[in-house]
Amino acid sequence: MLYNIFIDPFVQMVQMPDLLVQTLWEGLVSGVLYALIALGFVLIFKASGVFNFAQGIMVVFSALTLVGFYAKFSSWGFSGHAAAFLALLLAAGVMLVLAMLVERVVLRPLVTQPDIILFMATFGITYVLIGFGEIVFGGDPKQMIANELFLPSGSVDIEMLGGLVSLQKIDIAAAVIASLMIVGLALFFQKTRIGRALRAVADSHKAALSVGISLNQIWVIVWFAAGLVALVTGIMWGARSDVSFALEIVALKALPVLVLGGFTSVPGAIVGGLIIGVGEKLGEFYWGPLLGGGIESWLAYVIALVFLLYRPQGLFGDKIIERI
Amino acid sequence: MSGPKDAVGETMGETLLAVDGVSLGFGGVKAITDVSFDIRKGEIRAIIGPNGAGKTSMLNVINGFYHPQQGRITYKGQTRSRMRPYQAASQGIARTFQNVALFRGMSTLDNIMVGRTLRMHRGLFWQMLRFGPAMREEIDHRRHVEDIIDFLQIEAIRKTPVGKLPYGLQKRVELGRALAMEPELLLLDEPMAGMNMEEKEDMCRYILDLNRHFGTTIALIEHDIGVVMDLSDRVVVLEYGHKIADGTPEEVKADPKVIDAYLGVGH
Amino acid sequence: MFYRETGQFKQNYAADSAVFPILQDRYGLAIIMVIAFVAIPMFGSEFLLASVMIPFLILSLGAIGLNILVGYTGLLSLGTAGFMGVGAYAAYKLSTMFPQVNILVWILCSGFFAAGIGVIFGLPSLRIKGFYLAVATLAAQFFLQWCFVRVAWLYNYNPSGAIEVPGRTLFGIAITGPMATPVNRYYVVLGVVVVMTLIASNIVHGRIGRTWMAVRDMDIAAQLMGIRLLPAKLLAFAVSSFYCGVAGALMVFLWLGAAEPSAFDIKLSFLLLFMVIIGGLGSLIGSFMGAALIHILPIFIRALPESLGLPVAAATVEHLTYLIVGALIIFFLIVEPHGLARLWQITKQKLRVWPFPY
Repeated sequence: MLYNIFIDPFVQMVQMPDLLVQTLWEGLVSGVLYALIALGFVLIFKASGVFNFAQGIMVVFSALTLVGFYAKFSSWGFSGHAAAFLALLLAAGVMLVLAMLVERVVLRPLVTQPDIILFMATFGITYVLIGFGEIVFGGDPKQMIANELFLPSGSVDIEMLGGLVSLQKIDIAAAVIASLMIVGLALFFQKTRIGRALRAVADSHKAALSVGISLNQIWVIVWFAAGLVALVTGIMWGARSDVSFALEIVALKALPVLVLGGFTSVPGAIVGGLIIGVGEKLGEFYWGPLLGGGIESWLAYVIALVFLLYRPQGLFGDKIIERI
Repeated sequence: MSGPKDAVGETMGETLLAVDGVSLGFGGVKAITDVSFDIRKGEIRAIIGPNGAGKTSMLNVINGFYHPQQGRITYKGQTRSRMRPYQAASQGIARTFQNVALFRGMSTLDNIMVGRTLRMHRGLFWQMLRFGPAMREEIDHRRHVEDIIDFLQIEAIRKTPVGKLPYGLQKRVELGRALAMEPELLLLDEPMAGMNMEEKEDMCRYILDLNRHFGTTIALIEHDIGVVMDLSDRVVVLEYGHKIADGTPEEVKADPKVIDAYLGVGH
Repeated sequence: MFYRETGQFKQNYAADSAVFPILQDRYGLAIIMVIAFVAIPMFGSEFLLASVMIPFLILSLGAIGLNILVGYTGLLSLGTAGFMGVGAYAAYKLSTMFPQVNILVWILCSGFFAAGIGVIFGLPSLRIKGFYLAVATLAAQFFLQWCFVRVAWLYNYNPSGAIEVPGRTLFGIAITGPMATPVNRYYVVLGVVVVMTLIASNIVHGRIGRTWMAVRDMDIAAQLMGIRLLPAKLLAFAVSSFYCGVAGALMVFLWLGAAEPSAFDIKLSFLLLFMVIIGGLGSLIGSFMGAALIHILPIFIRALPESLGLPVAAATVEHLTYLIVGALIIFFLIVEPHGLARLWQITKQKLRVWPFPY
C-alpha cells in the first residue's frame, strides 16, 4: 500500500517520461484556464473588495453572447471573419453594459456593506445571469466560432523522450493570449492614470474618494475589464469544449487558485492557477486510480487547504500582522 | 515627600508584576528595547511617552498578545517568557483598548456578560436546557454585571447594541467589560482619548474609585499629562522603545530627558 | 396599539433574561404553535404538508445549523450540504445495520457523525479566516460528495448508487418509507425541529452563544477576555454540523424518501447560505424566514402561470425562477442587508410606537 502511494507513481513517471510530459502539459493548460478565471476575480477584488462569485457565469454568459450574435448574423446570411469580429465587438459591448448595470443596480446601493453581503449580492447576479442566459440562449451546449476568429485547431505532435507528446494548437494559442493579456493588465495597472486610481481604491475607498477619484467610474472600468477577461476565457475554453453552463463548477476552482496566490496578486493568480492545474492532473493521473478515480473534484481544494495551513496569506500576499 | 520612591513603596505593598529587560521587534523594526519596570499591588501606574514610543506594544506584551524576543515577565511571583492571552486573562489581567474593541453586534449587557465567561462553568448540556443550574448561574452573574452597570451609570443603554452608542459611552462599556472579569491588574490603553472634559472627569472618578474601593491595580497609558500627573502613583516614560524615566509624577516632571522628549531638544 | 409593553415590569433578572420578554411575543409564539400543530395538519392539503411544510421545516433546521456557524460565530462555510450528507448517510447506515432500534434515535445520532466530520474540517479555522476558510469548507463539500459517490459501502453496494429509505415506525405508526402519510411525517419533523430550535435558542442566549458572538465580533478582544479560540470555534463547528446532519437525515428519511449523492451538491450549500443571509445573520427567527422565502417563493412562481392560464413552458418557468430569485436576493440585500429578521424587528418597533413615528 505504502509502495503504491509513495514509490510506484514516481517509478511510473521516470519510466514513461513522455506520459509525464503530456500530463504536465495538460495540467498547465487547465491551469491557464483557472488562472484566467482567477484573474477576473483578482481584478474585481483588488479594486472593490468584492469577492465576485459571478465571474464564472460571466465567462459562460460572454461566450454565449458571442456565439449568439454570430448565429444571428449568419441567419441573416452574414458570416465569416468579419461577422465573427463584429460579434466579438458586440459581446464586449454587452459586457460593458453589464458592468454599468452591476455598478448602478448592485454596487452603488451596497457600497458600505460588509464583504459577505456583497459576496451574496454577486450570487444574486449569478442567478440572474443564469436565468437570463438560459431564457435568451437556451440551455443546450453550443459550438465556439473558433475558426472564424482565426484560432488554430488541430494538434502538434512532438517526438520526445521516446514517445509522442501531443499539444493542441488551441492550447498553445490560449497560453500565448493569456500571457499577452497579463502583460497588458500589468502595464495598465502600473503605467496609466486609471491604473493608479485603481490601486488607490484598492487600498482605501474613503481615501481615494477624498482625493477626487470617482469610485463609480472605477468600478465600471474594473467590472468591464473583468468582463473582457471573462470573454477571452470563454472563447479559449469554448474552443476546447462546448459553451454551456457546466463551467459554473469549474469557476469554483478559481477559489483554491486565489488562496494559493493571494486574493490581490495578479502574478499570484497565474502561478496559483498553474500549480493547481498541474497538481490536479498529476494527482488524478498517478494517484487517482488508488482511490477509485475522480479525485480531481476535490484535490485542488485540499492542496490549497494544506498550503494555507503553512502560509495563511497565500504565495504573494503580505504577511498578516495583527494589531490592536 | 522627601524620598518619594520609598514612600510609595511602603504604602503600595509588594510587586505584582515585574517587566525585566524586555525587547520586542517586528522584522527589522524595534518596538521595545530592553525595558524594565515593575507594578506594585494597589497602585496606579502610568505609562507615557510620545506617539510610537511602544506603550501599546508594552501592554500587548504584558497580556500575552505579543511574545517578547528577550526578557522576562514576572507576574504574581511566576516568571514566564511567553503566555497565551487567555492564560493572562485567567490569571486576572484585564484590559481595554486604544481603539474601542467592543463586540459591536452585541448589547451592552451581553458585552459585559462576556467578561464573566471565565467564571461561568456550566457546560453544553445545561446550556442547552437553560434551566436549573445554568439559569441560576446566569442570574448570579447577571446580578454582578448589574452592579457594574450601576457603578458606571449605564443602566439606560443596557440593551442597546454597542455599535450604536456614542464613543464616550463605548469606552465606558469597555471599562465595564474589563471590570466584569474582576481583574487584579487592569490595563487601560488611553481610556480618555477623544473625550471631552466632562467625560474625562467621569472616567477619572471611575478609575480612582476602582483603585481606592476595590483595590484594583491599574496600569494606564494616557496622553493627557494633567490627568496622568493627578491620577497616578508612579510613571514610566518611554521614548522610541527605550525607558527614559521612572518615578513619581513630580520626579518625572522634573526629569530633563522627559522634557527633551516632549518638547524637543533645545527648547 | 396592541403591541405595547407598557406596564410589563420585570421583577427579577430571570424574567428579564427570558428569550421572549414581551407578553405579546409569547402570545404570538403560542398562536404560531397552535397553527403548526393543529391547524395545518387538520386543514392542510397533502401538497401543503409534503411539498411545502416538511421541506420548509427541514431547510429551516439546516439554516439554523449554518447560522450558528456563519451568523453567530462568523465562520463562512460553503460545505453545509456535505455535512447534511454525512447525517443522511450515517442515519441510513445505522438504520440498515441495526433495524431494531427506533429510526428517530438514529436520525438524532447521525448528527454526532456530522459533528465529528465538521470538527475535523473546522480545525483549519484557527489559522485561516474569511473567504480563505470558505476554501476549507469547499474542500469538505467536494471531498464528502466524492465519498458518497465512490465509497459503495455507504450506500450498501446498491447498484443505483442511491440510498433508499426503509419503512420504519414510531409507536406502531409508519413515519418513514412509502407507507408513511404526510401528516405523520409532518408531525415527526415538526417535533424534531421545534425541540432543536428551542435548544439552539437556549445555547445562543447563554454563555456559549456569547462566546461565539465575541469571537465573531472581535476575536482578539475575545482572547483577552479569556476565551480560547480553537475550542470555541470547534464547538461552533460541532453544534452547527450536528444540526445540519440531523437536517440531512430528516431530508432523506422524511422528505425525499430516497437520495442520490447529487442531492447534497454545492447548490444546496448555496441555497442554505442564501436562506441565512436573506433571513438574517445571527437570528434564529431569520433562519425560518429565509427558508420560507427561498423555498416557498419558487413554488409560487412555478404555480403562477398555470393558475393565470398562461401557456409558459416548464423550462422557461424554471429559468424565470432563477432570474426572479436572483433579483430578489439583490433586492432584499439592498433593502435590508441585515435580513428579514431585522425588517421584522423594525416593524415591531414601529408597531410599538404606533401611531406616532417615534
